[in-house]
Amino acid sequence: MNSNAAHKPVCAESDAITIAFTLNGKSHTAKVAPGERLLDTLRYGLALTGTKEGCGEGECGACTVLLDGLPANSCLVPAFQVRGRDVRTIESIPAERLGPLLESGATQCGACTPGVVMTAAWIRDHRSELQSFTTRALMAGNLCRCTGYDGIIDGLERWIASESGGRS
Amino acid sequence: MAGATDLLVHWPIRPEAQDKTYLDLSAISELRPFRWTDVSLHIGALTTYWDILRDPQTRAEFPLLHEAARQVGAIQIQSRGTWAGNIANGSPAADGVPVLLAYDASVVLTSMAGSREIPLREYYTGYRNSVRRSDELITSIILPRRRYDFSVFHKVGARRAQAITKVGIAVTREAGARAANPWRVVASSVAATVRRCPAIEAFLASGALVRVPSDFFASIDADIRPIDDIRSTASYRRTVLARLLYHSLRGVSATVV
Amino acid sequence: MLRIEGLSKLCGAERYLDDEPLEGPLKGCLWGMTVRSPVSRGRIRDIVYGAGFNWSEFVVVTPDDIPGPNETYLIENDQPVLAPGYVRHMHEPVALIAHADRDLLRRALASIRVQVDPEPPVLDFRVPPRPEQIQRGTDNVIKQLRICKGDVEKVFATAPIIVEGEYETGAQEHVYIENNAMAAWIEDGPAGDVVVVRGSMQCPYYVLNAVKHALKRDETRVRIMQSPTGGGFGGKEDYPSTIALHAALLALKAQKPVKIVYDRSEDMAATTKRHPSLVRHKTAVDRNGRLLAQKIEVILDGGAYVTLSPVVLSRGIIHAAGPYSCDHVLIEGRAMLTNSVPYGAFRGFGAPQTIFAVERHMDRIAQKLGISPLEVRRVNLLKDGQTTSTQQTICGGTDRHALLERALGETDYARLLAQAEEFNREHPYLRRGVGIATVLHGAGFTGNGEVYLNSKVDVAGLPDGRLEVLAASTEMGQGTNTVFTRLAADAADYATDDVLVGMPDTFRVPNSGPTVASRTVMVVGKLIERAISDLAAQLGGGGSPLRGKALKDAIIAWHRVNGGGSLKARATYTPPPNVKFDDKKYIGDAYATFAWGVCVAHVEVDLRTAAVRVLHFTSLQDIGKVINPTLARGQVQGGTVQAIGWALSEELKFKDGGMANNSLTNYIIPTSDDVPPIRVLFHENPYEHGGGGAKGVGELPMDGPAPAILNAVAHATGCDPLAIPLTPERLMPLLEATP
Repeated sequence: MNSNAAHKPVCAESDAITIAFTLNGKSHTAKVAPGERLLDTLRYGLALTGTKEGCGEGECGACTVLLDGLPANSCLVPAFQVRGRDVRTIESIPAERLGPLLESGATQCGACTPGVVMTAAWIRDHRSELQSFTTRALMAGNLCRCTGYDGIIDGLERWIASESGGRS
Repeated sequence: MAGATDLLVHWPIRPEAQDKTYLDLSAISELRPFRWTDVSLHIGALTTYWDILRDPQTRAEFPLLHEAARQVGAIQIQSRGTWAGNIANGSPAADGVPVLLAYDASVVLTSMAGSREIPLREYYTGYRNSVRRSDELITSIILPRRRYDFSVFHKVGARRAQAITKVGIAVTREAGARAANPWRVVASSVAATVRRCPAIEAFLASGALVRVPSDFFASIDADIRPIDDIRSTASYRRTVLARLLYHSLRGVSATVV
Repeated sequence: MLRIEGLSKLCGAERYLDDEPLEGPLKGCLWGMTVRSPVSRGRIRDIVYGAGFNWSEFVVVTPDDIPGPNETYLIENDQPVLAPGYVRHMHEPVALIAHADRDLLRRALASIRVQVDPEPPVLDFRVPPRPEQIQRGTDNVIKQLRICKGDVEKVFATAPIIVEGEYETGAQEHVYIENNAMAAWIEDGPAGDVVVVRGSMQCPYYVLNAVKHALKRDETRVRIMQSPTGGGFGGKEDYPSTIALHAALLALKAQKPVKIVYDRSEDMAATTKRHPSLVRHKTAVDRNGRLLAQKIEVILDGGAYVTLSPVVLSRGIIHAAGPYSCDHVLIEGRAMLTNSVPYGAFRGFGAPQTIFAVERHMDRIAQKLGISPLEVRRVNLLKDGQTTSTQQTICGGTDRHALLERALGETDYARLLAQAEEFNREHPYLRRGVGIATVLHGAGFTGNGEVYLNSKVDVAGLPDGRLEVLAASTEMGQGTNTVFTRLAADAADYATDDVLVGMPDTFRVPNSGPTVASRTVMVVGKLIERAISDLAAQLGGGGSPLRGKALKDAIIAWHRVNGGGSLKARATYTPPPNVKFDDKKYIGDAYATFAWGVCVAHVEVDLRTAAVRVLHFTSLQDIGKVINPTLARGQVQGGTVQAIGWALSEELKFKDGGMANNSLTNYIIPTSDDVPPIRVLFHENPYEHGGGGAKGVGELPMDGPAPAILNAVAHATGCDPLAIPLTPERLMPLLEATP
């Protein structure tokens, strides 16, 4: 029982759904309420508070996680739907990989940042398949109010350059 | 529910929505893929915008599907939102429905009693109302494979991404003389539903000359009833529709000069 | 130097309030929520708690539970903590409830009906109130201010050319990505129980003063701690005092920790916004465009309570004449009480509104005279030795004319203009244009504000020889901690790793003033340097101040001798010499110094949709010495994009006086795809009285973009937009009317 669990949505024991899924590369089992959002499971159920809530309506992207490898707003994902699927959160990204984003000023207040990094990581890892999109269009699902986006876009480009050749 | 991108908006502060019962379709793999036949494209009920965006064949044959999918929210929504969900949600500002209508799509409704195929243009009966019975699911969307010599989609939102449509158009012109009128004109966010615009289609086929955007007003007014709301104004929507039609068709249709 | 907490933010490890584990002081924490007014004005008849809930399980707080005065301590204490039987704006807090189960609490909240006998609200600040709408004095005026230089009427009587204009700006929501969040709990202390509040805030001492006042406690029994703050922009300047009080009242009643975390819709609907404005200009000019007399009327919508409106108005009118020289200036400003949510601090603090007006007006003067927008600025830009509207003599060595020419050169302005005109001849429905704005921003508090603040900073020498900076200045994304570390390290000749910047906690840090007004690096940074220099001198024992290893060794040695003692030096603000301001007459040095800027906007208007797209944007800024180029550039880029939003898309829609589009779907801030890269150029002219030679950088970027963009739209289309946000709905009728 982690320390944030007291703030997880509650439901009758008989209504709870037990799901098994892959979380940051490890298999995981969780008991969720039928009306529970993946965001709440992560933040309050599993104390993975790197994923932030900014708007609760799928607009700001602060809660972005990778679901089966694709960016998704975890505030719009019913928790039970991740049964059998692969979920990656910001906690799966090692800090030492993020130097280029730090150097470019990609983070200021930091509240949008974990979502930004998840989308950026997806773009970075799929650059060749995403040639027909601009970086600015791909990042448009992550609202940032501090940087004016330049720090993010520059950081992503540095990140791509710094790791190019390292991974496919 | 499929991608739940409409359903879960502001979920924690909507107890009335939480108290309803939902059927989750997301694990029914039979609904997932899209497939081609000689004469049509079948989009399964769980096909997402991103599924279509990744597919080069749909881009070649139905480019407006790509145009529309690119402008749905951003990747976080494109990866989860489904074409069928967009139809089922029934918003007049839907992003996917206009291009499906412009391609003469039909909807397969399935219940325990069997399946029926309904032309999408007959699907809506009013604001967020449709012919779908409560025991029916949308199981797929069928697009006839035809040759088009012109197609265009415009979504006008309050910003370039992550926007809800204030006014939108999808227009196609079928190549060859299969039908009496080759034009399909669809408008969104200007009536209670996304809708085909028969008066504008007839006007385009009539041979009447269009010299300025306002020449479209008579047929626009026959087809649509825009309103003032939190996102825009009736007058803006009407003006933009005329201007978009004019500039999109200028030089494409011999009558728009 | 890289942002200190940057990696922790990038990998999601930074813990904002709602990320904190529910252990220690937060063990057993309840959620708190706010019952709000459903109307804009009226007398509360009753609060009806819904059926179907066991209300004895809930903690309920009403005004009767407030130990001290039911007032939010600020300039005037007219805003209640909870509306005492009478509400003055939609969403005004009326009562508080708490429970451990958040979902149950939400349902319970939704069941509560606040029954109000409505009275006629004032919802338009621009029109004089009717008698039944009067709620303050005889005219609803919150504050009236006047600047008078020379005699404008005498000039108008004989002026060859007079140009008039009326300009409007809308409200703006801050949209910090971390919503407001505050927790409170009760601890035992030597003098009795202590109310502890921790949360997202810009100004811990504002919160302290507010909690002390309404809870009738002194500072030994109230402790305020900042938690990592996910953006502020002014939105967390004064409103956190209200939330802190709400959390504290619930915690006191429950005798349990209570956490209040707003969701986005509540945060947008209930908290402060940028003041809407109406500015009228009447200007006498000669044929060359020289300003002969400027008469300016500034009206701000203050909202339902006084809050910060008097000082926003003050900054607004001081900036209203722009960075120009003019011998005859009359500026009259007033802030009006209405029944809107109280308008408050927002980056720029009144200046962006009045600068928008004067910079559009300068272009319209040029248009009327048939001269270029550059020429009208070249003729009038202040030179050192000339005076502002408050008769402050400008000095400091920045050549504003050279700044303008540099910006024009760097952007290849002449070529941009020519290309735009060629493009417009060819294209069927796109129109391009170029616009400029020349701006100023007074750094630090206005007038004698810094003297009244009397800010203090402590620097402690720790037993291991490191230095700790103790200040109430907050990190909210703008880089306070990183820059403080750099300034302290430079002052002490230390490695940056040997400097700590403590998280603001009113039990540990002195009041270095609020983190607002572009004052933190310039004013507080200077205090850090002075405190270190005092510490070094103190340890140097009369010899030369110690630095580097010698200082470190001396600190370690001191602790060896004075085991367990506390080694601290304190610096207190003293104004730069010869800075004098008469705050009755509004004459003198309104600011110790100004930052200067030039913006160049290149835009494209789509005639089909009336959508305006900024293609290129360049901002040249003189902010003194640039301490950290990455952070400074980030401030300019972020401020510029926030200003682009204010100029083009961020529009508050109201229904019955409340914000109707209180969601990120319907309140439109720019995405990465809506804005171009923002090109930032600095002119470095160190300011001797600023920390590290810096002037303020936080707000200046907000001032220029809106007028530069509208000037560019006017150039592109030939129409004459006078109001922002210039949404497509607002521009389309102008385009339709333009031949």
